[in-house]
Amino acid sequence: MFYREAGQFKTSYAADQAVFPIAQDRIFIGIWLLIGFVAIPLLSNEYLFRAIFIPFLIMALAALGLNLLVGYCGQVSLGTGAFMAVGAYAAYNFWIRIPGLNPLIAFALAGGVATVVGILFGIPSLRIKGFYLAVATLAAQFFIDWVFSRIGWFTNYTPSGSIAVPPVSVFGFEFDTPLRKYFLCLTILVLFAVIAKNLVRGRIGRSWMATRDMDVAAEIIGIRPMYAKLSAFAVSSFFIGVAGALWGFIHLGSWEPLAFDVNRSFSILFMVIIGGLGSILGAFLGAAFITVLPLILNQMPQWLGIQLSTAMISHIEFMIFGALIVFFLAVEPQGLARLWRIAKEKLRLWPFPY
Amino acid sequence: MGFFIEVLVGGLMAGVLYSLVALGFVLIFKASGVFNFAQGAMVLFAALSFVRLLDILKDTFAPMLLSLAITIAIMIVLAIAIERLVLRPLVNQPGISLFMATLGIAYFLDGFGQAIWGSDIYTLDVGIPKDPVLLFESVFEGGVLLSTEDMVAALVAGVLVAVLALFFQRTRIGRALRAVADDHQAAQSVGIPLNYIWVIVWTVAGLVALVAGIIWGSKLGVQFSLSLIALKALPVLILGGFESVLGAIVGGLIIGAGEKLSEVYLGPYIGGGIENWFAYVLALFFLLFRPQGLFGEKHIDRV
Repeated sequence: MFYREAGQFKTSYAADQAVFPIAQDRIFIGIWLLIGFVAIPLLSNEYLFRAIFIPFLIMALAALGLNLLVGYCGQVSLGTGAFMAVGAYAAYNFWIRIPGLNPLIAFALAGGVATVVGILFGIPSLRIKGFYLAVATLAAQFFIDWVFSRIGWFTNYTPSGSIAVPPVSVFGFEFDTPLRKYFLCLTILVLFAVIAKNLVRGRIGRSWMATRDMDVAAEIIGIRPMYAKLSAFAVSSFFIGVAGALWGFIHLGSWEPLAFDVNRSFSILFMVIIGGLGSILGAFLGAAFITVLPLILNQMPQWLGIQLSTAMISHIEFMIFGALIVFFLAVEPQGLARLWRIAKEKLRLWPFPY
Repeated sequence: MGFFIEVLVGGLMAGVLYSLVALGFVLIFKASGVFNFAQGAMVLFAALSFVRLLDILKDTFAPMLLSLAITIAIMIVLAIAIERLVLRPLVNQPGISLFMATLGIAYFLDGFGQAIWGSDIYTLDVGIPKDPVLLFESVFEGGVLLSTEDMVAALVAGVLVAVLALFFQRTRIGRALRAVADDHQAAQSVGIPLNYIWVIVWTVAGLVALVAGIIWGSKLGVQFSLSLIALKALPVLILGGFESVLGAIVGGLIIGAGEKLSEVYLGPYIGGGIENWFAYVLALFFLLFRPQGLFGEKHIDRV
């Protein structure tokens, strides 16, 4: 009853091709934008921004990018951390080597560099499929880790190998407080989400999905597999590269190659799978889940009043994290996004049983 | 020349150890189609259990045998638990979900093992001699320096592979395992209980992990980094092919030798530490020519 599309007639081609053709969806998105842009800035404090909202927004962007590749095009990649690192280090190098460069442009250029690297490491996907490809993308992860920790040029020969950047400022406007950083990340994320949503419902997105569902069949009906796969790698790497630049410049401020190691890749893949493969909403849900869960687990012993050593807490965190992953996969293998689909179905019928 | 052979043989020996870990992966992938990322965590968990039990039981009459028996029991319980709690609810899910689930298992085992057994570095001494020996002194100048430990490890790996091959070829359960590996549905329709087979295969993988853990543990000490050797075994897998026991062995040898030779001869020119990624790039290179690995089954796509 709350989610019935009956009676919503489309009277023009524009209405028929709208991103959200159903009024309830538009209202829903509007509410979320209001929460994001108005409610959270009003209600939240600095700690929440720093610990939850900013990491969540950036991780959601990375998960969105990875979801385009894994969820829509079906090419499993375990090199996400490396592509984020490429974004972060590329942005750093543009920023120090071109004086006075607008950081936003540096981020975009960094995304471009990540795109090129992504296409390079995507080339094996033309020949290798499935888990062989997944392991092959680990080559990117370890190789790029090695490059940034061993080749001094990328870190501008800092002796410790770690990089520090001052707060980003655009046209004299400093993004120095958590609130401002939050707005910057939120704006970028919304922009990229709109791009992603439009990509996947267009021709290119459909060619990705055809490739995912069955690449041989897709090839036979005239989709060029090279074009489809490499474009998925390119777009996904661009998203991930920008996310990496944001992660370094906005969230961390100073970082070393370890910030983008293989565990980062796994955690972003977790977000995509737990959130739901092939769903934009899923990238957000998964990122929220994986960002918030460790914080809750970390605080849990304190709330329950149990005294434990820090080592023990971290072991138990690992255990519960692993168990919850398995639990969620077993209960809802199609991800959290499916819960929303079920909820929509229920809302449509309520209060009638069917 | 002597030095080259020394590096080569050292690499081959290290490769055998990678093969041991890769073997566990292959067994599980063959029988259940699950890409088991938890193999490294199982190695750590088995080695930790063994070394700690050895410490607890050191005053009994046969600490080695007792703790070995108990660890084997633990691995069997673990296999049953994984089958019940993870594989059964996730049956018929896409491979990527199962892979993620095994990542969850890996996290759980890493945490669980260290929570109950402690997270220090434990030395493990199972009586493998550690003194290096000199061979072929008459053939090359200076001879070839070999570590006895590595040779014992290679021997154990060889025996293990032979036992596994016998088990697969000659026993009833082994035949059932091969049937399941060939075709799940057909195997089930002739009356092979899948769940039971999965328990068996995870148990066998657990035992292989135990052997790998004991050998690696006595070499490096039992510590968290054992869990990360899974990452070393992955290039071995894609090089050899996911479905092939032989592939795991040959792949391990190629990767081990390639890694050591490149570190010694290539490393100085492009900067050290290339061991971490060289194996992957080497495997990738082979894959470009044979996308299913050297010994993997050729996959035929039908529309």
